[in-house]
Amino acid sequence: MNTPVDIATESITLRIDDKDVSCRKGETVLQVARENGIDIPTLCYMEGLTVWGGCRLCMVEIAGSPKLQAACATVCTEGMIISTQSPRLENYRRMIVELLFAERNHVCSVCVSNGHCELQTMAVKLGIDHVRFAYRFPHLEVDNSHDRMRMDHNRCILCTRCVRVCAEIEGAHTKDIKGRGVLAAIIHDLDQNWGESSTCTSCGKCVNICPTGALTHRGTAVGEMTKKTTFLPYLTLMREAQP
Amino acid sequence: MTTPTAKPTVATVWLDGCSGCHMSFLDLDERLITLAGLVDVLHSPVVDQKQFPQQVDLTLVEGAVSSEEDLHKALIIRARSKLVVALGDCAVTGNVPAMRNYFDRSDLFARAYVENAQEPTTPEERRVVLPVLGVPPLRPHATALHEVIKVDMFLPGCPPPADAIWYLLTEILAGRTPATTTVSRFGK
Repeated sequence: MNTPVDIATESITLRIDDKDVSCRKGETVLQVARENGIDIPTLCYMEGLTVWGGCRLCMVEIAGSPKLQAACATVCTEGMIISTQSPRLENYRRMIVELLFAERNHVCSVCVSNGHCELQTMAVKLGIDHVRFAYRFPHLEVDNSHDRMRMDHNRCILCTRCVRVCAEIEGAHTKDIKGRGVLAAIIHDLDQNWGESSTCTSCGKCVNICPTGALTHRGTAVGEMTKKTTFLPYLTLMREAQP
Repeated sequence: MTTPTAKPTVATVWLDGCSGCHMSFLDLDERLITLAGLVDVLHSPVVDQKQFPQQVDLTLVEGAVSSEEDLHKALIIRARSKLVVALGDCAVTGNVPAMRNYFDRSDLFARAYVENAQEPTTPEERRVVLPVLGVPPLRPHATALHEVIKVDMFLPGCPPPADAIWYLLTEILAGRTPATTTVSRFGK
């Protein structure tokens, strides 16, 4: 890991939004863009966790390719020309976030995460003032069985950050996903109540990493749930520093 | 008939909402005096006129479309208004009134008129009767305004802050399209 790097062969130059940038081999488009102050919106990406590529908000245009690529999951290659902003991308990003709002019951005004929610912030960022798709209004459960934490499926956007932090950082892998499409849902162990899980260590990382009001501490009222994600880069750094 | 006037005409309507958006509108405070000089408010929960006017330049609609009466009003509003603005989260998204949509109407009625009703004491009270006379039928779902009529602008917020309403009105009066997400958001 700490072997000397030959800068000439190990570095890559590319162009993002008309800006010439360079990076190390193996870095993703998203990493390089953010290192250079170019903002690409994301919801499922979380530095320190494996890449999931599920939310599709970080889609970018790459010159010479008709297909859009997820910036979080695309490794930079020499001479790439990338656009992170275009009417086409803005249209898709807006559509994606509107569909997330329409899929489950995101009632911001009565949500514990009101004012501290990444989905809500994303709507503002993308200028979403209403949802053009018909709301589905599914009947979903709130898992109140854990004595300290609560899972509200109404607010879940299935970003799987909780699944990954539980498996990769805490090492418990209590959480996972069942079903497909609109029937997909976060589960605990073998689809049991959270409070009955024998693997959950009650560490609370999933709560802090959840972008919405899906995972919260119990006893929080509207707008009271704030998340702290600063622990993750620290834990990841400590882990990498281990011999 | 309304008196001919040079000033733009405005109506505000309260459908299935808590009136919080109208409270926020009243929170314009001293700016209401300025507004009175700029527009004529023809119809609103805060003015006397009961019937929706024949022609209005701008209508602000609070609340979701929940009953047949709401739908009836929405259609009239659209036919008689040049510009329709969905004011607040209930009109924009359905919001709290739409939280009943996860349940069947029969379950709602049972909850409201049987389970949560006071313990009956007389045989008359024991006979459960759902109110049907003089109340508008509930539609299967409470929906956002734009699901039933064309809406020209949206101001989210629960309620939208008075400053956001002021920004919306002054931008429209200046002939501009307000960028409403710069001043409010869902749940604000």
